[in-house]
Amino acid sequence: MKKNDGIIDLWKYRDLLWQLVAKDVKVKYKRSFIGVLWSLLNPLLTMLILTIVFKELFRFNIENFAAYVISGQVIFSFFSESTSLAMTSIYTSGQIMKKVYVPKAIFPISKILYALVNTLYSIIAVVIVCLLTGVPITASFFSSLLTIVYVMIFSIGVGLILCSIAVFLRDLEHIYGVLLTAWMYATPVIYPAEIMPDRFLFVLYCNPLYFFVTHFREGLLYHQLPSIELNLYCLMYALITLVIGVYVFNKRRNQFILYI
Amino acid sequence: MNSDVVVNVKDVSMRFLQASEKITTFKEFVIRSLKKKISYTEFWALSNVSFQVRRGELFGILGLNGAGKSTLLKILSGVLVPTNGSVSVHGNIAPLIELGAGFDPELTARENIYLNGATLGFSRKEMNAKFDEIVEFSELKEFLDVPIKNFSSGMYARLGFSIATSVSPEILIVDEVLSVGDFMFQQKCENKIRQMIDNGASVILVSHSIEQVRSLCSRGIVLERGHVVKSGDIDELCDFYYERYS
Repeated sequence: MKKNDGIIDLWKYRDLLWQLVAKDVKVKYKRSFIGVLWSLLNPLLTMLILTIVFKELFRFNIENFAAYVISGQVIFSFFSESTSLAMTSIYTSGQIMKKVYVPKAIFPISKILYALVNTLYSIIAVVIVCLLTGVPITASFFSSLLTIVYVMIFSIGVGLILCSIAVFLRDLEHIYGVLLTAWMYATPVIYPAEIMPDRFLFVLYCNPLYFFVTHFREGLLYHQLPSIELNLYCLMYALITLVIGVYVFNKRRNQFILYI
Repeated sequence: MNSDVVVNVKDVSMRFLQASEKITTFKEFVIRSLKKKISYTEFWALSNVSFQVRRGELFGILGLNGAGKSTLLKILSGVLVPTNGSVSVHGNIAPLIELGAGFDPELTARENIYLNGATLGFSRKEMNAKFDEIVEFSELKEFLDVPIKNFSSGMYARLGFSIATSVSPEILIVDEVLSVGDFMFQQKCENKIRQMIDNGASVILVSHSIEQVRSLCSRGIVLERGHVVKSGDIDELCDFYYERYS
Protein backbone atom coordinates (compact mmCIF):
# COMPACT_ATOMS: atom_id res chain seq x y z
CA MET A 1 0.00 0.00 0.00
CA LYS A 2 1.51 3.28 -1.07
CA LYS A 3 1.11 6.19 1.26
CA ASN A 4 1.45 9.20 -0.94
CA ASP A 5 -0.35 11.62 1.34
CA GLY A 6 -1.95 13.27 -1.68
CA ILE A 7 -5.30 13.49 -3.40
CA ILE A 8 -5.65 9.73 -3.89
CA ASP A 9 -5.21 9.06 -0.20
CA LEU A 10 -7.60 11.83 0.63
CA TRP A 11 -10.22 10.13 -1.48
CA LYS A 12 -9.50 6.79 0.15
CA TYR A 13 -10.03 8.33 3.56
CA ARG A 14 -13.17 10.26 2.59
CA ASP A 15 -15.16 8.35 5.14
CA LEU A 16 -12.91 9.66 7.88
CA LEU A 17 -13.43 13.14 6.49
CA TRP A 18 -17.21 12.86 6.84
CA GLN A 19 -16.90 11.43 10.30
CA LEU A 20 -14.63 14.22 11.47
CA VAL A 21 -17.09 16.78 10.18
CA ALA A 22 -20.05 14.96 11.73
CA LYS A 23 -18.15 14.67 15.00
CA ASP A 24 -17.46 18.41 15.14
CA VAL A 25 -21.07 19.23 14.43
CA LYS A 26 -22.22 16.79 17.07
CA VAL A 27 -19.81 18.05 19.71
CA LYS A 28 -20.70 21.67 19.00
CA TYR A 29 -24.36 21.26 19.74
CA LYS A 30 -24.01 18.75 22.53
CA ARG A 31 -25.59 19.99 25.73
CA SER A 32 -27.15 23.01 24.12
CA PHE A 33 -30.90 23.30 24.36
CA ILE A 34 -31.82 24.48 20.92
CA GLY A 35 -28.83 22.84 19.25
CA VAL A 36 -28.53 23.51 15.59
CA LEU A 37 -30.83 26.52 15.81
CA TRP A 38 -27.85 28.49 17.14
CA SER A 39 -26.32 28.51 13.69
CA LEU A 40 -29.46 30.31 12.59
CA LEU A 41 -29.80 32.59 15.57
CA ASN A 42 -26.19 33.73 15.72
CA PRO A 43 -26.10 35.60 12.41
CA LEU A 44 -29.61 36.91 13.04
CA LEU A 45 -28.69 38.46 16.36
CA THR A 46 -25.41 39.92 15.08
CA MET A 47 -27.27 41.35 12.12
CA LEU A 48 -29.82 42.90 14.45
CA ILE A 49 -27.13 44.66 16.46
CA LEU A 50 -25.28 45.90 13.37
CA THR A 51 -28.48 47.11 11.78
CA ILE A 52 -29.54 49.04 14.84
CA VAL A 53 -26.11 50.61 15.29
CA PHE A 54 -25.47 51.56 11.70
CA LYS A 55 -28.91 52.34 10.42
CA GLU A 56 -30.28 54.15 13.43
CA LEU A 57 -27.15 55.73 14.89
CA PHE A 58 -24.94 56.29 11.86
CA ARG A 59 -27.83 56.80 9.44
CA PHE A 60 -26.42 54.67 6.68
CA ASN A 61 -28.71 54.91 3.75
CA ILE A 62 -28.70 51.57 2.05
CA GLU A 63 -31.69 49.93 0.57
CA ASN A 64 -32.64 46.82 2.55
CA PHE A 65 -29.88 47.40 5.05
CA ALA A 66 -30.69 44.33 7.15
CA ALA A 67 -30.40 41.97 4.20
CA TYR A 68 -27.30 43.81 3.00
CA VAL A 69 -25.55 43.36 6.33
CA ILE A 70 -26.47 39.75 6.94
CA SER A 71 -25.49 38.65 3.43
CA GLY A 72 -22.03 40.19 3.74
CA GLN A 73 -21.63 38.95 7.24
CA VAL A 74 -22.47 35.33 6.43
CA ILE A 75 -19.88 35.21 3.66
CA PHE A 76 -17.25 36.84 5.80
CA SER A 77 -17.87 34.61 8.79
CA PHE A 78 -17.71 31.53 6.61
CA PHE A 79 -14.25 32.63 5.58
CA SER A 80 -13.07 33.71 9.01
CA GLU A 81 -14.45 30.73 10.91
CA SER A 82 -13.23 28.12 8.45
CA THR A 83 -9.73 29.52 8.11
CA SER A 84 -9.27 30.11 11.85
CA LEU A 85 -10.27 26.54 12.61
CA ALA A 86 -8.16 25.16 9.78
CA MET A 87 -5.17 27.10 11.08
CA THR A 88 -5.14 25.29 14.42
CA SER A 89 -6.39 21.96 13.04
CA ILE A 90 -2.96 20.36 12.64
CA TYR A 91 -1.88 20.69 16.22
CA THR A 92 -5.28 20.11 17.76
CA SER A 93 -5.37 16.80 15.87
CA GLY A 94 -1.89 15.86 16.98
CA GLN A 95 -3.17 12.94 19.00
CA ILE A 96 -4.38 11.12 15.91
CA MET A 97 -1.51 12.15 13.69
CA LYS A 98 1.10 10.93 16.13
CA LYS A 99 -0.30 7.45 16.27
CA VAL A 100 -1.71 6.43 12.94
CA TYR A 101 -1.09 7.43 9.38
CA VAL A 102 -3.84 9.56 7.89
CA PRO A 103 -3.50 12.04 5.05
CA LYS A 104 -2.77 15.24 6.92
CA ALA A 105 -4.74 17.57 4.68
CA ILE A 106 -7.84 15.86 6.01
CA PHE A 107 -7.74 17.96 9.18
CA PRO A 108 -7.85 21.49 7.72
CA ILE A 109 -10.31 20.37 5.07
CA SER A 110 -12.63 18.81 7.63
CA LYS A 111 -12.70 22.13 9.54
CA ILE A 112 -13.62 24.00 6.40
CA LEU A 113 -16.43 21.57 5.64
CA TYR A 114 -17.63 21.93 9.21
CA ALA A 115 -17.77 25.70 8.78
CA LEU A 116 -19.60 25.07 5.52
CA VAL A 117 -22.31 23.16 7.37
CA ASN A 118 -22.74 26.07 9.77
CA THR A 119 -22.86 28.47 6.85
CA LEU A 120 -25.58 26.52 5.09
CA TYR A 121 -27.70 26.89 8.22
CA SER A 122 -26.90 30.57 8.31
CA ILE A 123 -28.11 30.92 4.75
CA ILE A 124 -31.53 29.92 6.00
CA ALA A 125 -31.28 32.93 8.29
CA VAL A 126 -30.36 35.10 5.31
CA VAL A 127 -33.38 33.89 3.39
CA ILE A 128 -35.64 34.57 6.37
CA VAL A 129 -34.34 38.13 6.68
CA CYS A 130 -34.78 38.72 2.96
CA LEU A 131 -38.36 37.53 3.01
CA LEU A 132 -39.24 39.49 6.17
CA THR A 133 -37.80 42.75 4.83
CA GLY A 134 -39.47 42.46 1.46
CA VAL A 135 -36.60 41.20 -0.68
CA PRO A 136 -38.06 38.45 -2.84
CA ILE A 137 -36.01 35.31 -3.47
CA THR A 138 -35.78 34.67 -7.19
CA ALA A 139 -34.09 32.11 -9.42
CA SER A 140 -30.90 34.21 -9.44
CA PHE A 141 -30.44 33.07 -5.84
CA PHE A 142 -28.73 30.00 -7.25
CA SER A 143 -25.78 32.09 -8.35
CA SER A 144 -25.31 32.96 -4.68
CA LEU A 145 -24.79 29.29 -3.95
CA LEU A 146 -21.93 29.39 -6.44
CA THR A 147 -20.36 32.08 -4.28
CA ILE A 148 -20.21 29.59 -1.43
CA VAL A 149 -18.20 27.26 -3.66
CA TYR A 150 -15.74 30.04 -4.53
CA VAL A 151 -15.32 30.99 -0.88
CA MET A 152 -14.82 27.37 0.07
CA ILE A 153 -12.03 26.84 -2.47
CA PHE A 154 -10.44 30.09 -1.39
CA SER A 155 -10.71 29.13 2.29
CA ILE A 156 -9.12 25.73 1.69
CA GLY A 157 -6.19 27.51 0.07
CA VAL A 158 -5.82 30.04 2.88
CA GLY A 159 -6.40 27.35 5.52
CA LEU A 160 -3.65 25.12 4.10
CA ILE A 161 -1.20 28.01 4.12
CA LEU A 162 -2.13 29.09 7.64
CA CYS A 163 -1.93 25.65 9.21
CA SER A 164 1.41 24.96 7.55
CA ILE A 165 2.83 28.05 9.22
CA ALA A 166 0.97 27.85 12.53
CA VAL A 167 2.46 24.46 13.37
CA PHE A 168 5.86 26.10 13.55
CA LEU A 169 4.83 29.52 14.83
CA ARG A 170 1.90 29.49 17.20
CA ASP A 171 1.91 33.29 17.32
CA LEU A 172 0.12 33.26 14.04
CA GLU A 173 -3.07 32.47 15.92
CA HIS A 174 -3.00 35.87 17.61
CA ILE A 175 -1.75 37.75 14.58
CA TYR A 176 -4.47 36.28 12.42
CA GLY A 177 -7.17 37.34 14.86
CA VAL A 178 -6.14 40.96 14.46
CA LEU A 179 -5.68 40.57 10.74
CA LEU A 180 -9.24 39.27 10.41
CA THR A 181 -10.62 42.35 12.11
CA ALA A 182 -8.75 44.58 9.69
CA TRP A 183 -9.84 42.40 6.83
CA MET A 184 -13.47 42.72 7.80
CA TYR A 185 -13.30 46.49 7.67
CA ALA A 186 -11.53 46.28 4.32
CA THR A 187 -14.52 44.37 3.01
CA PRO A 188 -17.85 46.05 2.39
CA VAL A 189 -19.78 43.99 4.92
CA ILE A 190 -21.43 46.82 6.82
CA TYR A 191 -20.76 49.84 4.61
CA PRO A 192 -21.57 50.28 0.92
CA ALA A 193 -18.60 49.84 -1.42
CA GLU A 194 -19.32 53.26 -2.92
CA ILE A 195 -18.21 55.17 0.15
CA MET A 196 -14.67 53.91 -0.26
CA PRO A 197 -12.56 56.92 -1.28
CA ASP A 198 -10.92 56.62 -4.69
CA ARG A 199 -7.42 56.49 -3.32
CA PHE A 200 -8.34 53.43 -1.28
CA LEU A 201 -10.11 51.61 -4.07
CA PHE A 202 -7.09 49.36 -4.56
CA VAL A 203 -7.88 47.89 -1.14
CA LEU A 204 -11.10 46.53 -2.55
CA TYR A 205 -9.56 45.25 -5.75
CA CYS A 206 -6.80 43.41 -3.89
CA ASN A 207 -9.34 41.87 -1.59
CA PRO A 208 -10.82 38.59 -2.85
CA LEU A 209 -13.59 38.85 -0.29
CA TYR A 210 -14.83 42.07 -1.88
CA PHE A 211 -15.49 40.11 -5.05
CA PHE A 212 -17.08 37.20 -3.21
CA VAL A 213 -19.40 39.43 -1.19
CA THR A 214 -20.39 41.37 -4.30
CA HIS A 215 -20.98 38.15 -6.19
CA PHE A 216 -23.17 36.83 -3.39
CA ARG A 217 -25.31 39.97 -3.26
CA GLU A 218 -25.86 40.23 -7.00
CA GLY A 219 -28.10 37.21 -7.19
CA LEU A 220 -29.58 37.51 -3.73
CA LEU A 221 -30.39 41.21 -3.37
CA TYR A 222 -30.30 42.65 -6.88
CA HIS A 223 -31.82 39.72 -8.73
CA GLN A 224 -29.33 39.62 -11.54
CA LEU A 225 -26.71 37.12 -12.55
CA PRO A 226 -23.16 38.18 -11.66
CA SER A 227 -21.21 39.26 -14.73
CA ILE A 228 -18.73 36.90 -16.35
CA GLU A 229 -15.97 39.29 -15.39
CA LEU A 230 -16.94 39.10 -11.73
CA ASN A 231 -17.09 35.31 -11.91
CA LEU A 232 -13.64 35.20 -13.46
CA TYR A 233 -12.22 37.37 -10.69
CA CYS A 234 -13.71 35.09 -8.06
CA LEU A 235 -12.53 31.93 -9.78
CA MET A 236 -9.06 33.30 -10.32
CA TYR A 237 -8.60 34.35 -6.72
CA ALA A 238 -9.94 31.02 -5.44
CA LEU A 239 -7.84 28.80 -7.69
CA ILE A 240 -4.58 30.68 -7.35
CA THR A 241 -4.91 30.61 -3.57
CA LEU A 242 -5.70 26.90 -3.63
CA VAL A 243 -2.64 26.14 -5.75
CA ILE A 244 -0.37 28.13 -3.43
CA GLY A 245 -1.96 26.45 -0.42
CA VAL A 246 -1.43 22.94 -1.74
CA TYR A 247 2.17 23.78 -2.64
CA VAL A 248 3.05 25.24 0.76
CA PHE A 249 1.30 22.44 2.60
CA ASN A 250 3.01 19.69 0.62
CA LYS A 251 6.38 21.24 1.24
CA ARG A 252 5.88 21.35 4.97
CA ARG A 253 3.67 18.41 5.88
CA ASN A 254 6.40 15.88 6.60
CA GLN A 255 7.79 18.07 9.33
CA PHE A 256 4.49 18.68 11.11
CA ILE A 257 4.82 15.60 13.24
CA LEU A 258 8.09 16.85 14.72
CA TYR A 259 6.47 20.02 16.01
CA ILE A 260 3.21 18.88 17.55
CA MET B 1 12.30 -9.20 -4.40
CA ASN B 2 10.86 -12.27 -2.80
CA SER B 3 7.08 -12.10 -2.98
CA ASP B 4 6.87 -13.47 0.52
CA VAL B 5 8.39 -10.34 1.99
CA VAL B 6 5.63 -8.07 3.25
CA VAL B 7 7.76 -5.46 4.99
CA ASN B 8 11.15 -4.52 3.63
CA VAL B 9 13.13 -2.02 5.66
CA LYS B 10 16.31 -0.92 3.92
CA ASP B 11 19.02 1.19 5.50
CA VAL B 12 16.56 3.31 7.38
CA SER B 13 17.95 6.21 9.37
CA MET B 14 16.02 8.79 11.27
CA ARG B 15 17.49 12.07 12.34
CA PHE B 16 15.85 14.46 14.71
CA LEU B 17 16.98 18.04 14.81
CA GLN B 18 16.67 19.45 18.22
CA ALA B 19 16.84 23.17 18.26
CA SER B 20 19.16 23.85 21.14
CA GLU B 21 16.46 26.09 22.46
CA LYS B 22 13.05 25.53 21.02
CA ILE B 23 11.75 28.52 19.15
CA THR B 24 8.02 28.68 19.09
CA THR B 25 7.19 32.32 18.93
CA PHE B 26 7.44 34.61 15.99
CA LYS B 27 9.34 37.32 17.82
CA GLU B 28 12.01 34.90 18.89
CA PHE B 29 12.23 33.47 15.41
CA VAL B 30 12.76 36.85 13.79
CA ILE B 31 15.33 37.97 16.32
CA ARG B 32 17.27 34.75 16.07
CA SER B 33 17.21 34.48 12.31
CA LEU B 34 18.52 38.01 12.11
CA LYS B 35 21.29 37.14 14.49
CA LYS B 36 21.74 33.80 12.71
CA LYS B 37 21.55 32.09 16.01
CA ILE B 38 19.34 29.13 15.32
CA SER B 39 21.48 26.16 16.13
CA TYR B 40 20.52 22.54 16.07
CA THR B 41 21.91 19.46 17.61
CA GLU B 42 21.49 16.29 15.64
CA PHE B 43 20.14 13.15 17.13
CA TRP B 44 20.06 9.93 15.18
CA ALA B 45 17.27 7.81 16.59
CA LEU B 46 17.91 5.09 14.02
CA SER B 47 20.96 4.38 11.90
CA ASN B 48 21.02 2.03 8.94
CA VAL B 49 18.35 -0.31 10.18
CA SER B 50 17.51 -3.10 7.74
CA PHE B 51 15.30 -6.14 8.09
CA GLN B 52 12.55 -8.03 6.32
CA VAL B 53 9.33 -9.47 7.61
CA ARG B 54 7.80 -12.36 5.69
CA ARG B 55 4.23 -13.37 5.25
CA GLY B 56 2.77 -15.27 8.18
CA GLU B 57 5.63 -14.37 10.46
CA LEU B 58 5.67 -13.03 13.99
CA PHE B 59 8.54 -10.63 14.16
CA GLY B 60 9.86 -9.39 17.48
CA ILE B 61 11.63 -6.13 18.17
CA LEU B 62 13.57 -6.02 21.40
CA GLY B 63 15.40 -3.14 22.96
CA LEU B 64 15.71 -1.05 26.06
CA ASN B 65 13.97 2.26 26.50
CA GLY B 66 15.38 4.76 24.05
CA ALA B 67 16.66 2.13 21.65
CA GLY B 68 14.48 3.49 18.85
CA LYS B 69 11.67 0.94 18.86
CA SER B 70 8.83 3.42 18.84
CA THR B 71 10.49 5.53 16.17
CA LEU B 72 10.86 2.44 14.03
CA LEU B 73 7.21 1.50 14.46
CA LYS B 74 6.11 5.02 13.60
CA ILE B 75 8.11 4.86 10.41
CA LEU B 76 6.56 1.49 9.55
CA SER B 77 3.06 2.79 10.03
CA GLY B 78 3.72 5.90 7.99
CA VAL B 79 3.50 8.43 10.79
CA LEU B 80 7.13 9.47 10.37
CA VAL B 81 9.05 9.74 7.13
CA PRO B 82 12.63 8.43 7.47
CA THR B 83 15.54 10.77 6.81
CA ASN B 84 17.35 8.16 4.72
CA GLY B 85 16.53 4.71 3.46
CA SER B 86 13.28 3.19 2.35
CA VAL B 87 10.43 1.16 3.72
CA SER B 88 8.18 -0.82 1.47
CA VAL B 89 5.06 -2.37 2.84
CA HIS B 90 2.79 -4.75 0.97
CA GLY B 91 -0.64 -4.96 2.48
CA ASN B 92 -2.78 -3.15 4.99
CA ILE B 93 -1.15 -2.08 8.20
CA ALA B 94 -3.07 -1.77 11.43
CA PRO B 95 -0.99 -0.09 14.08
CA LEU B 96 -1.61 -0.70 17.74
CA ILE B 97 1.08 1.72 18.70
CA GLU B 98 -0.66 3.44 21.48
CA LEU B 99 -3.99 2.57 22.84
CA GLY B 100 -6.90 4.58 21.71
CA ALA B 101 -5.08 6.13 18.80
CA GLY B 102 -7.68 8.30 17.24
CA PHE B 103 -10.32 7.82 19.89
CA ASP B 104 -12.31 10.87 20.78
CA PRO B 105 -13.00 10.83 24.52
CA GLU B 106 -16.21 12.83 24.17
CA LEU B 107 -17.81 10.26 21.91
CA THR B 108 -19.32 6.94 22.91
CA ALA B 109 -17.71 3.57 22.31
CA ARG B 110 -20.14 2.96 19.47
CA GLU B 111 -19.21 6.19 17.71
CA ASN B 112 -15.53 5.61 18.34
CA ILE B 113 -15.64 2.22 16.65
CA TYR B 114 -16.67 3.94 13.43
CA LEU B 115 -14.25 6.83 13.88
CA ASN B 116 -11.36 4.52 14.63
CA GLY B 117 -12.27 2.30 11.70
CA ALA B 118 -12.20 5.36 9.48
CA THR B 119 -8.73 6.38 10.67
CA LEU B 120 -7.63 2.93 9.54
CA GLY B 121 -9.21 3.61 6.17
CA PHE B 122 -12.46 1.65 6.51
CA SER B 123 -15.86 2.98 5.62
CA ARG B 124 -18.94 2.99 7.79
CA LYS B 125 -20.41 0.20 5.76
CA GLU B 126 -17.37 -2.00 6.21
CA MET B 127 -17.39 -1.28 9.93
CA ASN B 128 -21.05 -2.20 10.18
CA ALA B 129 -20.18 -5.67 9.03
CA LYS B 130 -17.55 -6.02 11.74
CA PHE B 131 -19.42 -4.25 14.49
CA ASP B 132 -20.80 -7.29 16.32
CA GLU B 133 -17.48 -9.06 16.22
CA ILE B 134 -15.75 -6.04 17.77
CA VAL B 135 -18.33 -5.69 20.50
CA GLU B 136 -18.19 -9.34 21.35
CA PHE B 137 -14.41 -9.56 21.42
CA SER B 138 -14.01 -6.43 23.54
CA GLU B 139 -16.66 -7.59 26.04
CA LEU B 140 -17.96 -4.03 26.27
CA LYS B 141 -21.53 -4.63 25.26
CA GLU B 142 -23.06 -2.88 28.26
CA PHE B 143 -20.84 0.18 27.80
CA LEU B 144 -21.44 0.85 24.13
CA ASP B 145 -23.20 4.13 24.69
CA VAL B 146 -20.92 5.48 27.38
CA PRO B 147 -18.54 8.28 26.37
CA ILE B 148 -15.15 6.64 26.49
CA LYS B 149 -13.63 9.37 28.63
CA ASN B 150 -15.20 7.31 31.43
CA PHE B 151 -13.40 4.14 30.36
CA SER B 152 -10.53 2.58 32.25
CA SER B 153 -7.24 1.94 30.50
CA GLY B 154 -8.07 -1.74 30.31
CA MET B 155 -11.32 -0.96 28.53
CA TYR B 156 -9.47 1.34 26.13
CA ALA B 157 -7.04 -1.44 25.37
CA ARG B 158 -9.76 -3.97 24.75
CA LEU B 159 -11.65 -1.70 22.43
CA GLY B 160 -8.50 -0.66 20.54
CA PHE B 161 -7.28 -4.20 20.13
CA SER B 162 -10.66 -5.46 18.99
CA ILE B 163 -10.99 -2.80 16.32
CA ALA B 164 -7.44 -3.14 15.00
CA THR B 165 -7.69 -6.91 14.68
CA SER B 166 -11.24 -6.98 13.32
CA VAL B 167 -10.29 -5.21 10.12
CA SER B 168 -8.15 -8.29 9.31
CA PRO B 169 -4.99 -6.39 8.49
CA GLU B 170 -2.23 -8.11 6.57
CA ILE B 171 0.26 -6.59 8.97
CA LEU B 172 -0.45 -5.85 12.60
CA ILE B 173 1.91 -3.76 14.66
CA VAL B 174 1.65 -4.38 18.38
CA ASP B 175 3.55 -2.15 20.79
CA GLU B 176 3.41 -3.13 24.45
CA VAL B 177 -0.32 -3.19 24.18
CA LEU B 178 -0.64 -6.68 25.47
CA SER B 179 0.70 -5.66 28.84
CA VAL B 180 -2.53 -3.80 29.54
CA GLY B 181 -5.63 -5.68 30.44
CA ASP B 182 -5.96 -8.64 32.74
CA PHE B 183 -4.53 -12.10 32.33
CA MET B 184 -7.65 -13.46 30.66
CA PHE B 185 -7.70 -10.78 28.05
CA GLN B 186 -3.98 -11.16 27.35
CA GLN B 187 -4.57 -14.83 26.69
CA LYS B 188 -7.41 -13.98 24.39
CA CYS B 189 -5.27 -11.50 22.48
CA GLU B 190 -2.43 -13.96 22.09
CA ASN B 191 -4.84 -16.53 20.73
CA LYS B 192 -6.25 -13.98 18.34
CA ILE B 193 -2.76 -13.11 17.12
CA ARG B 194 -1.93 -16.77 16.53
CA GLN B 195 -5.17 -17.19 14.64
CA MET B 196 -4.35 -14.21 12.43
CA ILE B 197 -0.92 -15.65 11.72
CA ASP B 198 -2.53 -18.90 10.66
CA ASN B 199 -4.63 -16.94 8.22
CA GLY B 200 -1.51 -15.52 6.65
CA ALA B 201 -1.12 -12.20 8.44
CA SER B 202 2.20 -10.92 9.73
CA VAL B 203 2.68 -9.39 13.14
CA ILE B 204 5.42 -7.10 14.38
CA LEU B 205 5.58 -7.23 18.14
CA VAL B 206 7.40 -4.93 20.51
CA SER B 207 7.60 -6.00 24.08
CA HIS B 208 9.71 -5.71 27.17
CA SER B 209 8.72 -9.18 28.21
CA ILE B 210 11.30 -11.61 26.88
CA GLU B 211 9.04 -14.49 27.77
CA GLN B 212 6.21 -13.15 25.68
CA VAL B 213 8.45 -12.50 22.71
CA ARG B 214 10.06 -15.91 23.01
CA SER B 215 6.76 -17.74 23.16
CA LEU B 216 5.13 -15.83 20.32
CA CYS B 217 7.76 -14.78 17.81
CA SER B 218 9.90 -16.73 15.40
CA ARG B 219 12.46 -14.12 14.35
CA GLY B 220 13.41 -10.62 15.31
CA ILE B 221 16.01 -7.95 15.91
CA VAL B 222 17.59 -6.30 18.93
CA LEU B 223 17.98 -2.55 18.77
CA GLU B 224 20.48 -0.57 20.77
CA ARG B 225 20.75 3.19 20.42
CA GLY B 226 19.31 3.05 16.94
CA HIS B 227 21.52 0.27 15.64
CA VAL B 228 20.58 -3.32 14.96
CA VAL B 229 22.98 -5.20 17.20
CA LYS B 230 21.62 -8.64 16.48
CA SER B 231 19.07 -10.22 14.21
CA GLY B 232 17.86 -13.69 13.49
CA ASP B 233 16.28 -16.61 15.29
CA ILE B 234 14.26 -15.64 18.35
CA ASP B 235 15.83 -18.04 20.86
CA GLU B 236 19.35 -16.83 20.09
CA LEU B 237 18.08 -13.30 20.19
CA CYS B 238 16.45 -13.66 23.58
CA ASP B 239 19.52 -15.31 25.08
CA PHE B 240 21.69 -12.56 23.67
CA TYR B 241 19.36 -9.88 25.00
CA TYR B 242 19.18 -11.49 28.39
CA GLU B 243 22.94 -11.82 28.74
CA ARG B 244 23.71 -8.38 27.47
CA TYR B 245 21.40 -6.51 29.76
CA SER B 246 21.45 -8.40 32.99
